[in-house]
Amino acid sequence: MSEHQATTQPIIIARDVHKWYGQFHALRGITMEVQKGEVIVIFGPSGSGKSTFIRTINRLEEHQKGQIIVDGIELTHDIRNIEAVRMETGMVFQQFNLFPHLTTLQNVTLAPIWVRKWKKQEAEKVGMQLLERVGIPEQANKYPGQLSGGQQQRVAIARALAMQPKIMLFDEPTSALDPEMIKEVLDVMVGLARTGMTMLVVTHEMGFAKAVANRMFFFDQGLIVEGGTPEHIFTDPQEDRTKLFLSQILTH
Amino acid sequence: MASIYQEIRPPEPPGPLTWIRKNLFNNWYNSLLSLGSLALIVVTLVAVLRWIFITADWRPVADNLMLYLVGQYPREELWRIGVIVSMLSLLLGVSWRIWGGVMRTLAFTYAIFLLVVALWPSSLESFALQARAAMFANLGVILVGFLLGSSHRLRGSHVLIGWLVSLAAMLVLLSGLPGSQSLAPVPTGSWGGLLVTLLLAVGGIVISFPFGVLLALGRRSALPVVSAISTLFIEVIRGVPLIGLLFMSSLILPLFLPPEVRIDRLLRALIGMTVFSAAYMAENVRGGLAAVPNGQVEAARALGLSNLNITTLIVLPQALRAVIPPMVGQFISLFKDTTLASGVAVLELLSIGRSILQADPAFIGLQMEVYLFVAAVFWIFSYLMSYASQRLEVALGVGER
Repeated sequence: MSEHQATTQPIIIARDVHKWYGQFHALRGITMEVQKGEVIVIFGPSGSGKSTFIRTINRLEEHQKGQIIVDGIELTHDIRNIEAVRMETGMVFQQFNLFPHLTTLQNVTLAPIWVRKWKKQEAEKVGMQLLERVGIPEQANKYPGQLSGGQQQRVAIARALAMQPKIMLFDEPTSALDPEMIKEVLDVMVGLARTGMTMLVVTHEMGFAKAVANRMFFFDQGLIVEGGTPEHIFTDPQEDRTKLFLSQILTH
Repeated sequence: MASIYQEIRPPEPPGPLTWIRKNLFNNWYNSLLSLGSLALIVVTLVAVLRWIFITADWRPVADNLMLYLVGQYPREELWRIGVIVSMLSLLLGVSWRIWGGVMRTLAFTYAIFLLVVALWPSSLESFALQARAAMFANLGVILVGFLLGSSHRLRGSHVLIGWLVSLAAMLVLLSGLPGSQSLAPVPTGSWGGLLVTLLLAVGGIVISFPFGVLLALGRRSALPVVSAISTLFIEVIRGVPLIGLLFMSSLILPLFLPPEVRIDRLLRALIGMTVFSAAYMAENVRGGLAAVPNGQVEAARALGLSNLNITTLIVLPQALRAVIPPMVGQFISLFKDTTLASGVAVLELLSIGRSILQADPAFIGLQMEVYLFVAAVFWIFSYLMSYASQRLEVALGVGER
């Protein structure tokens, strides 16, 4: 587990972040600071704004009020800032979103070649190393449609890591998986957490949270209801809503 | 274990005789219907074959091969057509070796075309021995191309460039260079037949494709001006019949240009067809663009790809693959729509047939033969396109979810 150093500047700063979809107030003032190397787990009922929040961090969603600063770069309408943040931020989606017309290896090397301007051979070498790290080098020349869900999600993780990001965002990475495939993806994520990667993970996998999270945040109705260490959240939650939600997802 | 998962073989499929007995002669009225249908088929087939081989008079087709192929293209300049035929032979041979699949089929079809022309059932006066020999020789050129394609250094991209350069060279060969003696200009008014039909179709397809893609992207653009202009263009063009567009481009367009600028008649027809095709192409491509899930764009954005890269590397490859069937359908109708260019005095294949019928009183009443021949040529090309698209779908569908 990584040590977090409170002395340095936080790598993610979110101050009073608001987001509306039309009239619907999806984020109602989220404030959070994440230190380098921290693993943050975000959980809460559906519609609570947890996915929306992590999607504002790489500007897949635009926040309308408040301030988000990632690795010293503030997210504004300036496309250069947005692209700079996206280069430092990897994202893994619930539905994998692999590119179906490219092979596994091409999925992984696409961004290094076109964004980082690496040579093809160099990118492929690094790409193969990453595929080995997530345990599927033998699938390098297959297409996403030929892989299982778990394998696809591991490719998606390798694809995000290929850009050598400082931060990894996971948006419900195991929610679309069959039960027997959840573990293979979580194992990769635990391994990644132990390397000291800064991670924001939206998930209901409480085993994962217990094992590697530094802090957990419970979201409800666009607000952070409660936050703290896993120990605090699991053994001594302060808010009734947190207790109720935890009892619902932990009893079965 | 083994007892549960015992292997049970599927039942044997019935033999052909059993199938016929079970499906065609299983009771008295089905037997009667089967025999009746058989009789009808035989009678029709005999009548058709009798007409083709005995009744029909194929002279207007057989004796005018050159007119059908190239129209009034000057006979002393036919060597240029010969060079083009050889260039195509070489390119098809190389492409066959490099890409296989569809290209092999195209090379075979082209070889059959060469053979048919070489052995064309007409007198040697109407189609000379040297020309026939040249067609035979081109079969060898295809093989030369095939062997050239075996070279390790040759890649698909080289062949593609080869095709584009050759197509441009062919146009120069056909039209000649102003002021040149050995390559004197040949006015397009004398071009005709299959040559013009293919020029209009291939030109229309090749030029309208990129414009169609740009229009489709433009219509979905976030910039209101770009989107409005694209939409206006598409909707106006789609609201006009092609023949009207051809009239406009050939009669009205020159009125707006200064008198010293004279656009060739064939080129004007090509412009009309291209503009028409581009508008329809744009709507097909737009359908494909809409079919690409939003998650694809989000994933590409999250990786830091620029908007241009997202469009060219992620969205368009998926969108275009999804619309191959409607796009080829449109290519086929564009190919057949080239006959409308006869309305603006362009002598494509169909109008050549018509003028042959009118030119000789001996051919009065032989419309059936001529039009059937022209229809058969159109069918062969249309079917080839359809076949190529099916192969392309299979080839590009690898690993689709």
